[in-house]
Amino acid sequence: MMLLKINNLCKSFGGLSAVLNFNLEIRENELIGLIGPNGAGKTTVFNLITGVYKPDAGEIIFKGENIGGLPPYVICQKGIARTFQNIRLFNNLTVMENVKIALHKNVPYSLPAALFRLNSFYRGEKEIEEEAIRWLKLFNLDHRREEIASSLPYGEQRRLEIARALATHPTLLILDEPAAGMNPNETLELMELIRRLRDEFKLAILLIEHDMSLVMGVCERIYVLDYGQVIAEGKPEEIRNNKRVIEAYLGEEV
Amino acid sequence: MIMNVFANRWGKLGAEILILAFIFLFVQYFITVGVFNQYHQIIITSLCINIILAVSLNLINGFTGQLSLGHAGFMAVGAYVSVVLTKFMGMPFLVGLVGGCLAAAAAGFVIGVPTLRLKGDYLAIATLGFGEIIRVILQNIEYVGGPAGIVGIPKMTTWGWLFAGVVITIATIQNLINSSYGRAIISVREDEIASEVMGINITSYKVLAFVIGAFFAGLAGGLYAHYFYIIKPETFNFLKSFDVLVMVVLGGLGSTTGAVIAAAFITLLSAALQAFPAIRMIIYALILILLMIYRPQGLMGNKELSVKILGKIWSGKNDAA
Amino acid sequence: MLELMQQIVNGLSLGAIYALIALGYTMVYGIIKLINFAHGDVMMVGAYVGFFSVSMLGTNIVVAMIFAMLACALLGVIIEKVAYKPLRRATRIAALITAIGVSLFLEYTTIFFLTPQQRIFPQGTFPVQDYSLAGISVSNKDIFIFISAILLMVILQFIVKNTKTGKAMRAVSEDKDAAVLMGINVDNTISVTFAIGSALAAAAGVMIGVYYNTINPLMGILPGLKAFVAAVLGGIGIIPGAMVGGFILGILETLVSGYGNSLYRDAVAFGILILILLIKPTGIFGKNTGEKV
Ligand SMILES: Nc1ncnc2c1ncn2[C@@H]1O[C@H](COP(=O)(O)OP(=O)(O)O)[C@@H](O)[C@H]1O
Ligand SMILES: [Mg+2]
Repeated sequence: MMLLKINNLCKSFGGLSAVLNFNLEIRENELIGLIGPNGAGKTTVFNLITGVYKPDAGEIIFKGENIGGLPPYVICQKGIARTFQNIRLFNNLTVMENVKIALHKNVPYSLPAALFRLNSFYRGEKEIEEEAIRWLKLFNLDHRREEIASSLPYGEQRRLEIARALATHPTLLILDEPAAGMNPNETLELMELIRRLRDEFKLAILLIEHDMSLVMGVCERIYVLDYGQVIAEGKPEEIRNNKRVIEAYLGEEV
Repeated sequence: MIMNVFANRWGKLGAEILILAFIFLFVQYFITVGVFNQYHQIIITSLCINIILAVSLNLINGFTGQLSLGHAGFMAVGAYVSVVLTKFMGMPFLVGLVGGCLAAAAAGFVIGVPTLRLKGDYLAIATLGFGEIIRVILQNIEYVGGPAGIVGIPKMTTWGWLFAGVVITIATIQNLINSSYGRAIISVREDEIASEVMGINITSYKVLAFVIGAFFAGLAGGLYAHYFYIIKPETFNFLKSFDVLVMVVLGGLGSTTGAVIAAAFITLLSAALQAFPAIRMIIYALILILLMIYRPQGLMGNKELSVKILGKIWSGKNDAA
Repeated sequence: MLELMQQIVNGLSLGAIYALIALGYTMVYGIIKLINFAHGDVMMVGAYVGFFSVSMLGTNIVVAMIFAMLACALLGVIIEKVAYKPLRRATRIAALITAIGVSLFLEYTTIFFLTPQQRIFPQGTFPVQDYSLAGISVSNKDIFIFISAILLMVILQFIVKNTKTGKAMRAVSEDKDAAVLMGINVDNTISVTFAIGSALAAAAGVMIGVYYNTINPLMGILPGLKAFVAAVLGGIGIIPGAMVGGFILGILETLVSGYGNSLYRDAVAFGILILILLIKPTGIFGKNTGEKV
């Protein structure tokens, strides 16, 4: 079944067209890559999907409903979660608090229950605590619970950001350069993790990545973006041999 | 395990009630036997009112990260509405106080919804503007005495009311902050975009914090009005808001215990310098400037002073405070 | 109609004063993104320098204005170096709180040394004369204020547009890092900006002294806030915007106190501020920019 369908999406800044007539389709449980040279407009596409930017034109159909231009929190509640190219954790808060904030979306008690410390508050906090720990264990961050997020090593910060995104229970997870700054070993582990998450949580995943081994290794289909437009789309091996893609990347490593 | 949690929770509550009862009776005893004279009682009253103001402004400025400079305006609304209810309409004090709080909260909502879309320094100036508008409006309402204000307000604020006010303010705000709703509020301060993408409606949480903060500023206003006999619009100008700001900044944005300690310090400082108002203000000014340059996080940063931390300081291992 | 024209003419001199103060706000904001809350108080200091120059040294009002401008230019540079420079990398909130501190400091040290009492310019500092032009009356006071304000604005425009310093100022407000690469001394440029802005405020301070005839240590607060509103109205950081905003505000205020309730005069500025922030926070001449994620 079709999960996300983007039609003729456009966004420009001043005179610059960052995204122009962009189209994309993702089915449930698919793993899709979005690649392209720096400044091609990939991150802008993500910002449009998640409501951080408002589209100038075009539709973003998610589960049959146009979500283009809705505020980010509504889009999150509909089931899209993301990470950021430049990690945006809640830097001064603990690892645990970072995940708990993502769980707020389904907070199991009311505001008065919190203010007056009703029983449902204590029960609810216990549930939140347990679920947060489950997510941290899954990402092997359990031992870091009480540490301040910004004090974690880079690779762990990236993992925490994914854990936090997943804690919102999305059906579509979008990752902006998840392997950036990771060493080859960490990247391999990440590939494993991405596959596992997809299977375990029945997720569709859309990722931007510069590390070609990762993209080619895990993605089932790949879109190539250049100057805001899709110049190629297909299976990894098709993309690898596509002339226009090679041209677009001329001067950059493939 | 569950039994354990419960035993802990009730045990803790019991201990807290015991300590509070002790503080209350202790001060009450000294007032009754006359050790605390009129002058001391005025200081105690100012202290309690300042704590309520500082802790509630800290919810907005410290925990939510939205710099508001209009707190005195909400205090004014609480003061005037409560006096209208008690003095003009003959309602009981409790009704007056609650009415004042609700009116202030409503004012907070009306002002918060449009202005909280603004960021940082723009928000600060807009809230300052709204605070001043409230004052100008009060000056123009003949029913409440115009610029001369209301005189002859019955003195109903007692130590009991003040103490209850402080406890309820601190308890409510701490309960809020230490809950999922509070984490949502703090996430807005930390990173609005990340917070919104995590499903948090940042505008509604800013408004929530603003409304609750205004509610308690209204409480402070009602308690103030029914102690000091007279209120006039000029009392609630933006210098009053700056007073509270000094306390919050000094205590550390985002630390309730910091706000309480700073409120106490500033109250005592003002009392000591009562005869030298200019010097008092110069010291406030220097506190703001020097703190921002040398210790922008304030005395406490965003940490809370607790028995545990005290213990650590005692044993000399601490670097938190 | 005549009545309306009269009110507008009355508003011009007040507007000119707001415009002068607003220029300082806007220049400083443009260059270091700080709402210099103490700007109105620098104006107050200027008024006092002018007052003492007239009353103790016996100078005329023009010389007094020049003294005030020189003294405040120096004061502005000192404030910047001592209080704001250490905070250049801090959050904007921290900088704003510092500015509030500086504002309180200037007000209350003045009260401490000079008492909170208001002072009245000596008789004959400015002999008032009214002229009538096509049924509209203007005083030489208003003409003096208006003409000297316009003169100062013209000089400012010339400095910003045609001198090396002015170009450096524009470059730094455009992009500080790029300005450094181009070999511009950013620290000096910021100091010059404070000096010029403060000098303009000082001139405005002396004008307010002439306009109301009295001065006091807290006189800078309200005109300061209003001038800030004028700067926001025109688009903060934009020099012509501050001038236009100042005149609009001055005229509106005069109209409100002329036709409506003078007690609401002080609420006009804040009403405008809130409206403009809600409708177009970038002001009349401002462009919209968004955060890059
Ligand atoms: N908020 C913004 N304001 C102005 N220009 C922007 C903004 N966001 C992105 N851009 C521009 O849009 C283009 C695409 O950027 P981006 O989507 O970040 O590229 P990518 O992620 O593919 O490297 C770039 O030229 C960038 O400078
Ligand atoms: Mg990118």
